[in-house]
Amino acid sequence: MSVFTPNRRGLLKSGALIGTGLAMPTIFTASSVAAYTNAPTGSGAILGFNVPQSGPYADEGADELRAYKLAVEHLNGGGDGGMMNTFSSKALTGNGILGNEVKYVTGDTQTKSDAARASAKSMIEKDGAVMITGGSSSGVAIAVQGLCQEAGVIFMAGLTHSNDTTGKDKKANGFRHFFNGYMSAAALAPVLKEMYGTDRVAYHLTADYTWGWTQQESIAAATEDMGWQTINNVLTPLATQDFSSYIAPVLNSGADILVLNHYGGNMINSLTAAVQFGLRDRQVNGKNFEIIVPLYSRLMAKGAGANVKGIFGSTNWHWSLTDAGSQAFVKSFGEAYGFPPSQAAHTVYCQTLLYADACERAGTFDPCGVVEALEGFDFDGLGNGPTHYRAGDHQCFKDVLVVKGKENPTSEFDLLEVVQVTPRAQVEYPVDHPMFAGGALGKCNSGA
Amino acid sequence: MDAIFLQVLNGLDKGSAYALIALGLTLIFGTLGVVNFAHGALFMLGAFCAVITRKILTLSQITLDPVRTNFLGKPLEIRTPYVELWWGDFGTWMIDYSVLLAILFAIPVMALIGIIMERGLIKHFYNRPHADQILVTFGLAIVLQEIIKAFFGANPIPQPAPASMSGGLDIGVLFGFAEYAVIYPYWRIVYFIFAAVVISGVFAFLRYTTFGMVVRAGMADRETVSMLGINIDRRFTIMFGLAAAVTGVAGVMYTPIVPPNYHMGMDFLVLCFVVVVVGGMGSLPGAVLAGFMLGILESFSAMNEVKAILPGIDQIIIYLVAMIVLLVRPRGLMGRKGVMEE
Repeated sequence: MSVFTPNRRGLLKSGALIGTGLAMPTIFTASSVAAYTNAPTGSGAILGFNVPQSGPYADEGADELRAYKLAVEHLNGGGDGGMMNTFSSKALTGNGILGNEVKYVTGDTQTKSDAARASAKSMIEKDGAVMITGGSSSGVAIAVQGLCQEAGVIFMAGLTHSNDTTGKDKKANGFRHFFNGYMSAAALAPVLKEMYGTDRVAYHLTADYTWGWTQQESIAAATEDMGWQTINNVLTPLATQDFSSYIAPVLNSGADILVLNHYGGNMINSLTAAVQFGLRDRQVNGKNFEIIVPLYSRLMAKGAGANVKGIFGSTNWHWSLTDAGSQAFVKSFGEAYGFPPSQAAHTVYCQTLLYADACERAGTFDPCGVVEALEGFDFDGLGNGPTHYRAGDHQCFKDVLVVKGKENPTSEFDLLEVVQVTPRAQVEYPVDHPMFAGGALGKCNSGA
Repeated sequence: MDAIFLQVLNGLDKGSAYALIALGLTLIFGTLGVVNFAHGALFMLGAFCAVITRKILTLSQITLDPVRTNFLGKPLEIRTPYVELWWGDFGTWMIDYSVLLAILFAIPVMALIGIIMERGLIKHFYNRPHADQILVTFGLAIVLQEIIKAFFGANPIPQPAPASMSGGLDIGVLFGFAEYAVIYPYWRIVYFIFAAVVISGVFAFLRYTTFGMVVRAGMADRETVSMLGINIDRRFTIMFGLAAAVTGVAGVMYTPIVPPNYHMGMDFLVLCFVVVVVGGMGSLPGAVLAGFMLGILESFSAMNEVKAILPGIDQIIIYLVAMIVLLVRPRGLMGRKGVMEE
């Protein structure tokens, strides 16, 4: 007959065993709740809007924030619903995302990669953001996309036009709604051929960073394919204010076309200098000298003033489009803020709706579920016609606009004129295209 | 040859801006001994005087177009500037020449800002280390640029040159080059002449007026001048106002060359400090000489022939030259003994 004799050591062992046993169900429960990073716990789904609130692109960032706030309002059932009414997917009902009220936090990228990563990290780790979106620079987008991949959250890129974002730097957790350098070139080339012919000599000035390099490569390839000669490509430092030293060599280079692979302040300043030096009044090789700005933004066109008149370029979207989705967004945005939205505003509004819709269709916020819902997704009603999110590189394919500076604007917003809506098929390329080579999409990361 | 001539012109033009800003910076350092990191912000404020002047001149009466509509389908607003309604062609002329008219606005405004800045903040740091002066003036610069951003946004705001000065001059013909080989924008020529006039005016003011003589004496030996019963502090405060006005008008005239934005002062600040150091701290002729020299070198370094031999030289040329000059002449090109050496 055994006698149970309690002692100190036995009591401790028994206590530990019983404690572990009691805690076991809780451990499993907790594990299932935190199966992915920042799973909403019923008090709302937090989205992280990471935009330039200071620095040279602060105006673009401010327009992005306006659009984000409008998207949140529409997702939560407020306002007139905007493009939710025209979106071909009907998963969104104005009841937040999966029944969670949509909340948001904002960060300031300052258009600097390190600052953008720091603010995104803070929004993920401190604020519990389940998705990060925004930005106005390819350098920033690539940096934040990498961070989101590591952290296990979805990144819906804002303005990023470098081929690398969905090329060598693509990530499974990142999606781009904006077009890219290759698509700009593919859309622009036929129009340039029609306007300026096939016998042209082009001189490129290129911003010395990832976006400038890939755009220049794309434009040069597309124009050379139609017979143009690229006589020179000069890389210009990002901090350049006065481009006169770079414009002067163009004058006697034999070129009759100047391609400005510049954006933002660089584009405004280089175009201003080119016009001041009378390039547009010159005759070279028996032809009128022409300037091309492959990537246009209405906000930047405003900064360049009358210098943009008649100059061709491309843009992702424009408020003057007449499709139902674009008009619904212009109406919502215009009535809320008193002026038409920029392409930056349109892009991030779409990104927010698309993320919310993907969560609804997937039935989860789990990044891997969202990735699955977005990969290969076909939809319409968000402007730019039928649109496809390619699974192979997470690049969005849709119609691209060729625009030119308007000769007789009727208002400060009426600066660009849509010359051609280039069909999606014309700007598509294989996922293994050499300009997008290198890197791997990898696997989605749910974090936790 | 024409390419070299063109880059010389570009260099003189860039050098004009550098020299004007560096001149103001040196005036302040030479008189008050203050390292003013808010000086770039004064250049930016001057540029925004042009923006404000144009905004005032284009204040408009709004009428509704009975036919055309805006993006929301409402009647389109038609804006007619009041000055055109009141004064017809003269009003149109005023808007066209707004940059030049802005100089009249900028001189008193910038001088006042300079005096307020000196009396309100900087004078409290005269006896503090240079590091403290740098910190407080740098902080002031950030505050000023954020204020401008809050009112005017971050985007550059274009300021066109008057229509009669917006084309280019075939300057090459005057120097024996082929027709249309060297075309140079009128406004840049205007800017160079303007800079030469302002720089000459400042030198003449210091050289040929009693006020200037006292200031120069104060720059050489402040204590002795004070002991003679002269209120040198008051004169130095006026010099701060003068330096701010010089930098401000430099900013006004620069707006048709580079559309102004809130950050433009910071972009020039570092360059102009290099100019001042290369020229020699406290030396006015040194600042002007270094401004033009570095402007010309910067332009030459951007030539394709130069970049083919030394890739990336255009990004570092100014700092490279500064290193070499300071190694060979530690006080700069025309620096005085004892300045910033205690």
